[in-house]
Amino acid sequence: MGQALPYVNNLQIKSIEKGKPKMNNKELQITATKVRKGIVEAVHSAKSGHPGGSLSAADMFTYLYFEEMNIDPKNPKDPNRDRFVLSKGHTAPGLYSTLANRGFFPVEDLKTLRKLGSYLQGHPCMTETPGVDMSTGSLGQGVSAAVGMALAAKLNGDSYRVYALTGDGEIQEGQIWEAFMFAGAKGIDNLTVVIDNNGLQIDGKIDDVCSPYPIDKKLEAFNFNTICIDGHDFDQIRDAFAKAKECKGKPTAIIMKTTKGKGVSYMENQAGWHGKAPSDEEYEQAMKELDEQLAKYEAEV
Amino acid sequence: MGDIVKIATRESYGNALAELGQKNPNVVVLDADLAGATKTSTFKKAFPDRHIDCGIAEANMTGIAAGLSTCGKIPFVSSFAMFAAGRNFEQVRNSIGYPHLNVKIGATHAGITVGEDGASHQCLEDIALMRTIPGMTVIVPSDDVEAKAAVFAAAETEGPFYMRFGRAAVPVINDNPDYKFEVGKAVVLKDGTDMVIFACGVCVAEALGAAEKLAADGISAAVVNIHTIKPIDKDTILEFAKKTNRVFTVEEHSVIGGMGSAVCDVLAEEYPVKVTKIGVYDRFGKSGPAGALMKEFQLDAEGIYNQIKAKI
Repeated sequence: MGQALPYVNNLQIKSIEKGKPKMNNKELQITATKVRKGIVEAVHSAKSGHPGGSLSAADMFTYLYFEEMNIDPKNPKDPNRDRFVLSKGHTAPGLYSTLANRGFFPVEDLKTLRKLGSYLQGHPCMTETPGVDMSTGSLGQGVSAAVGMALAAKLNGDSYRVYALTGDGEIQEGQIWEAFMFAGAKGIDNLTVVIDNNGLQIDGKIDDVCSPYPIDKKLEAFNFNTICIDGHDFDQIRDAFAKAKECKGKPTAIIMKTTKGKGVSYMENQAGWHGKAPSDEEYEQAMKELDEQLAKYEAEV
Repeated sequence: MGDIVKIATRESYGNALAELGQKNPNVVVLDADLAGATKTSTFKKAFPDRHIDCGIAEANMTGIAAGLSTCGKIPFVSSFAMFAAGRNFEQVRNSIGYPHLNVKIGATHAGITVGEDGASHQCLEDIALMRTIPGMTVIVPSDDVEAKAAVFAAAETEGPFYMRFGRAAVPVINDNPDYKFEVGKAVVLKDGTDMVIFACGVCVAEALGAAEKLAADGISAAVVNIHTIKPIDKDTILEFAKKTNRVFTVEEHSVIGGMGSAVCDVLAEEYPVKVTKIGVYDRFGKSGPAGALMKEFQLDAEGIYNQIKAKI
């Protein structure tokens, strides 16, 4: 079966001056590859779960937790921390792997995903998992909770920011648009919603099933500061969050074009890998590919 | 009976919130374009910054409340029972119940006493829906005194609450110095030996009226107000079931899954005794004045009396 993951996160997070990048792009790529390995490890061990959308958002997860957000793994309930709501809760393996690599809990525990007695439930559970700010899983509900958190900061005069990640299929849910309408109407500018536009949902292409396009124009009409990026390009991700912070009086939506299953060749752009675990053989291949990518990035540093 | 003061419990909800707003700066109130009807407008006037009108979007309102509560706020989510519990069931279950968040749901306009708006707005299923959610406290106050006490208790008690209020004015029956509200503790309003009537909400005053009529026939009926449906007061239910060996339950709710069912859950397991559930019998409501509907559905004092007489 699968090889053991290193227990301790060996990434060195440089403490540097405020406002300057904590990691360069190469370091982010290395971290994101480790996050991807954790996703494959967890889903393979669970024999079920959602690798496709976890992998498409792995670069975003990495950027948020290693670069963007003000969080402390040692103090996951810090009232002043930035909040993250994984509205597309089925991609919990992506969040868990990121939290583990960031030091919220042991990377080794990723292998307990979805198992009886594990604190890593099939979908995020804030009462069980350190670092999870909101329980989610039923699509369409997370953005509303994120709006509530952002509103609480406004009411209290707190400076923390709130981030939410949705799927592109998920925005077929009506409640999402209730939340978008409210956030836009009230100008909740401490909220950034990221939409993972990997183009696929369970039944196929999102535009074949029930097209949500044009996502950017719709959000613009809902009074969002709308930014379209390549969700695998760290320069663009960095730039988008900088613009989100600068924007006053409007919430920001980052619509990121991504590849579902990114990083594992046979999963890429395949709707079938939305919610399926790799076999032992497929697992070996995925880990080999990710290890090769990791070695390549590490050689480049 | 002289001049009986009548106040709608939605009014009590609004007044209690305004009072609570003074005491607790963390209390925030959310509405979905119904602040006038849910009576939260008093709070809105006093604390405009802490009143959040979400527009006609109850699901989003519920999620916003969940988010606010994770950051230390005590949100009171206000809407009609039909939407607060019915439309929102899954949001309440997954965004509030599952993470056991400190959100208080103030559901007004419950049951047939909504009146003229008719069946689409007369929620008769909310107690059943809400009591199935793990960790949810469910309270159905009977009058102004109890409704206010419930709101204050909800604010002081960590965890999700569902409180069911009515649109129509109901007699104030708990305005006495001995009255004490405790979550999960039934209130014995009248002792009796031949039967016990467990009632909640608007039906408590009506059950007292029915007991008076029964007394005139020489039947001694105890009346116990089960204001908290969950966690239910097992001890008091068992005490009166054992004492009388004949149980009636009365509620302005479907007989499927409501307070009567909760009482039966206790008795079936611990003290099987004959129970008759009086309520709305697997049907929808109707348009009409609240009082006329209570009569039509046999939930006024006379209707309850007649239904009990037919069963004994």
